[in-house]
Parts: sequence; structure tokens; C-alpha cells
Amino acid sequence: MAEILQTIGSVTGISLVLAVIISLAEKWLNNYGQVNIDINRGGRTFTTEGGRSLLSTLSEQKIFIPSACGGKATCGLCKVQVLSGSGVILPTEIPYLTAQEQKDNVRLSCQVKVKNDMAILIPEELFNIKEFVGTVEELRDETHDIKLLRIRLPEGETVKFKAGQFMQFYTKPYGKVKETVFRAYSIASPPSDNTHIDLIVRLVPGGLATGYVHQALQVGDEVRLSGPYGDFYLRGENADELIMIAGGSGLAPIRSLIYDITEKGLDHKIRFFFGAVARRDLYALEEMAQLEKQNPNFTFIPALSNPADGDEWEGETGRITDVVARHLDGAEGKEAYLCGSPGMLDACIAVLNSKGFSDDSIFYDKF
Amino acid sequence: MIEFSAISPFVIFFASIATSNMILNNFLGMCSYLTISSEYKTATGLGKAVTLVIVVTNVINWLVYHYVIVPLNIEYMRYIIFIMVIAALVQIIEMAMDRYLPDLHANLGIFLPLITVNCAILGSTLFMIIRLYGFWQSLLFGIGSGLGWWMAICMLAAIRERMARAKLPPGLAGAGITFIITGLMALAFIGFSGIFTIQ
Ligand SMILES: Cc1cc2nc3c(=O)[nH]c(=O)nc-3n(C[C@H](O)[C@H](O)[C@H](O)COP(=O)(O)OP(=O)(O)OC[C@H]3O[C@@H](n4cnc5c(N)ncnc54)[C@H](O)[C@@H]3O)c2cc1C
Ligand code: FES
Repeated sequence: MAEILQTIGSVTGISLVLAVIISLAEKWLNNYGQVNIDINRGGRTFTTEGGRSLLSTLSEQKIFIPSACGGKATCGLCKVQVLSGSGVILPTEIPYLTAQEQKDNVRLSCQVKVKNDMAILIPEELFNIKEFVGTVEELRDETHDIKLLRIRLPEGETVKFKAGQFMQFYTKPYGKVKETVFRAYSIASPPSDNTHIDLIVRLVPGGLATGYVHQALQVGDEVRLSGPYGDFYLRGENADELIMIAGGSGLAPIRSLIYDITEKGLDHKIRFFFGAVARRDLYALEEMAQLEKQNPNFTFIPALSNPADGDEWEGETGRITDVVARHLDGAEGKEAYLCGSPGMLDACIAVLNSKGFSDDSIFYDKF
Repeated sequence: MIEFSAISPFVIFFASIATSNMILNNFLGMCSYLTISSEYKTATGLGKAVTLVIVVTNVINWLVYHYVIVPLNIEYMRYIIFIMVIAALVQIIEMAMDRYLPDLHANLGIFLPLITVNCAILGSTLFMIIRLYGFWQSLLFGIGSGLGWWMAICMLAAIRERMARAKLPPGLAGAGITFIITGLMALAFIGFSGIFTIQ
């Protein structure tokens, strides 16, 4: 018995000593003191504790570098250009870097340890990606299956984005759903309203995130968002007319774009084709009428593919592709912006191509 | 039976490279030897890291054995304790290297965690205990074992690099031919036997 106890005691003691030595070593060896990080040549600087990876150091500062593998050097998404202060490129990074990137000292930020002052360059868009915990200010039924969700950002926080971009929306566990999922939703509010984010969410039967928004979410709840992301935004330099086409919740980014263009006083002519099945699937009509008054260049063209009895619809009827085809004559000086389901978009792109639109004058987000 | 404790440390040093090579005579540390030997450059990196860790762990484990394990009378727990010491040491070596020799760390860093479970390291510690080596013998045994392992993996890597474009029967490609080469190298090393004997 005494022998057993002595052995247990000795082995425990030895492990303890080793653990203490490692912790001390960690304290001593891994203590790089305060370091200064400079981003985009003075665009933003901060001081922080060294000793961790650049990826986690940045995310602690709420600068979100994309990462899908959580820092294991297997996704290659976390690239950052390091101007000064990094060591040499590690063998783990080489497979993800092109020759040019290696020359420019582009690094996987999860593999770079922050040991001294560093200067880095990151794309301006990434710099803008932030995480927000906002409050649901309004939850409005637009149609039987579409809700507008107005989120107020916390006091003092603002969001900077280009009209047309989207946010990542994080759900909380609800009902039988035990996990947190995140989904992309286009921002429906204009960039000028930088303390709010409007999302327009159409219920997908059995959908996790849309089920959460439609069934669990209440006014006053907190919601987590990150963003903005995406390259769906206004180009417009080479065009004097913008053709916009959307169906269902695809109205969201178009709404943001039209508000933005109107507020900025840009003089593009805009025609917005909005497709729905019947009268009960249409929404935002008053808002669009209001925008038409504010911006004489803007025309809203709702179209019903299958009006129900009693809809008393006098507007356009037919599939959205047919309606667009009827209205358009040529692609000269035009750009097209499309949003909606993949099937609808592919059909619309085919129509646009047949009218002479080249692929680089068509921009879209497939939902 | 050989009187191990009477052998000169220098004889042990040369013997552990040539006649008692960790890989070619004892076949220890085979997994990383086989998998990380397709490129000469990485093989040298791993070789250096193994050498460093063998030397340091031999010294520390010798001290731990003679000044902790024996006095406490827990020799039968030595395997567990040696492994814990090796794991802790590798951690500390990695941190220290990252701090003071960042360029070396950039090259060896990824190998260090791999080495914790390399049996050549534990093998070297156990041999020195079983053979009752003294401190200097253990040190030189460690250096020799490490260099021997390093040399063996470099030779294999060099051969495999030259062989990269050779037409092999499909069944032999990869691990098959590597085992055959290792066997031939081991046969060649038998030529050294008799020069010194330490095991
Ligand atoms: C860039 C981008 C912007 C987006 N913007 C918006 C937006 O503004 N408003 C909006 O409502 N949605 C938008 N989406 C779609 C959104 O991200 C989700 O995919 C959608 O809301 C379904 O999520 P869910 O968790 O409810 O469904 P899931 O749980 O992911 O899916 C449940 C089931 O429904 C199917 N399904 C998934 N999506 C759809 C769909 N759209 N139509 C029919 N069936 C589907 C799935 O295959 C699955 O079988 C956008 C997507 C992208 C990529
Ligand atoms: S986070 Fe995936 S490679 Fe860096």
C-alpha cells in the first residue's frame, strides 16, 4: 500500500514539476511583450500582446480575416500581405501561395506568429468586415412568407458597406434546432443608414435560418451579424441605364441600390422588374411608388406570373423572363443587376444575353 | 556479456553511428524514416531535429533517472516518466527555438511535435539506462545515435530522389521499394560490425 501511494505521489510530483516548468517556460519564452500592428500603412494601428497568431490577434481586434479551417493551414483563406515584422514563409504555407504571392510576402495569417512590431496590408473590404450584436427593432410581415427584419446596431457602432452587399446572419438554437447556423442575407437598407441593417427573409419550408427568423425571433431579441461581404454592388461608370431584375426576397439588395442611387443623385435611368406569382406575393409597392416620385429616372415594373382570381391586377403579367424580353430592346449603354433563385437568374441571364448583354455587364447574387 | 560501463564514450559515439545505428541496426524511428524520406531537404530537417532532441533528452533523462527515479525507487514507472519528460522537453525546445532561433524554427518547427512520438528517442534513452551508461557515455551515445539516424534518413532520401523517375514494378512502388532499400543499406552496415561492439 505504502509503495503504491509513494509511486502515485512520485509520478504526480514529477508531472507537476514538468507542468510548472512548461508554464514558466511559456511565460518566459512566449512573452513577446507589447507589439504595435500597423494595418494598411497607417489606416489603423493598435498595440497588443505578442505571442499569438496574426489571425487570432486580428480577430481579437474585430478584424475578420476569412478562415474556414480554424488556423490549421488547410484552407488557405487567411492570406494577408506582411510588409515587415514576419519571419520567413513556413513550409506549411507554401502549398497555398503562388510564386507572385511568395514574392510579395503574402502569408497565411494563421501561421504567422506575432513577435514584434508588424506592418500588414489587407484589402479594404476585409478591413470593414465587423461583427455586430444588434437588436431586432422591427419584424414586419411583408407577404405571407416574407418578413422584413430591421436590426439596430449597438449605440455608437456603425456599419460601412456598398449597396448590394450581404451580411452573415447567425442563428441561435431554437425549438428542436440545437445548433447555431449562419446564412447570407443581402442588406436591404441603404448605406446612408449606417446604424441599422434591414434584411428581407423569405421562409424556406424546413429551412433552419429562415425558420428561426419566422418562428422564433421576436422584437427586442439580440442577433449576431458579420459583414459586409460580396462583390454585388453598383459599377455604373460605363452605363446610363440600369436594368434590375428580382424575385421574392431578391428585392432586398435592389432596394438598397435604388435608395443609394437616389440619395447620391446619380443620373442613371433605372428599370426594376420585380417578379411574383400572385398579388399576395407582392410587397414594397408603396415604398417603390415613393421612390419613383423622388427619383424621376426610376421606373418600377412589378409582374405577376399567375394572378389569382380577384387580384384585379392591371399591371404586367407573364413570366419575368417574358416581361423583360418585351420591354428591352438592345443592350447599348446598359448594365443589369439580378437577384433571386438560381433557376430564375439563369433564365434571365439567357434572355439578357440574347438581347446583346455581354457577361461583364451582368451582375448578380444567386440566393 | 559486455562490460558496458567500461566502454570509452568515443567508442560509443562511433559505434552508435556505424555498428549500432538506430535505424539500420535497431530499426527504431521507422515511421518518420519511411514517410518523410522522399525529399532530401525535408529529410535533413527532420534529421537535425531528431539529433537535437535525442541529445537533449538523453542528458535530461539520465539526470532524471539517476537523481529522481532511482532514489524514489520507482524504476518500474520509468517508461511513463521518460515519455512525459520527452514530451515536455520538446514543447520547451520548440518555444525556445521559436524565440531565439526563428529561422531554425521555421525549418524544424513542424517536425518537433512529430518527434515526440519517434521511438528512436525513447529507444536511445532506454538503451543508455539498460546498458548502465555513465553521464559522458550517455551524452556521446545521444549525439552518435542522432547523427546516425540523420545520416541514415539522408541516405535513404538521396536514393529515393534519384529513384523518383525510375520505372518500378507497380507492386513495389512506395513503401515496398523503401523497405528493400533500407534492408540493403542495413546489410551494407553489417560490414562495419566487429569494428566496435556496444550491444
Ligand atoms: C449572397 C446571398 C445573399 C442572400 N440574400 C438573401 C436574402 O436577402 N433574403 C433571403 O431570404 N435569402 C437570401 N439568401 C439565401 C439564404 O442565405 C439562405 O440560403 C436561405 O434563406 C435558406 O436558409 P435556411 O437556413 O432557412 O434553409 P436551409 O436549412 O439551409 O435549407 C432547407 C432546405 O431548403 C432548401 N433551400 C435552401 N435555400 C432555398 C431557397 N432559397 N429556395 C428554396 N429552397 C431552398 C435546401 O436545399 C434545404 O433542402 C442569400 C444567399 C446568398 C448566397
Ligand atoms: S485559417 Fe485556414 S489556412 Fe489559415
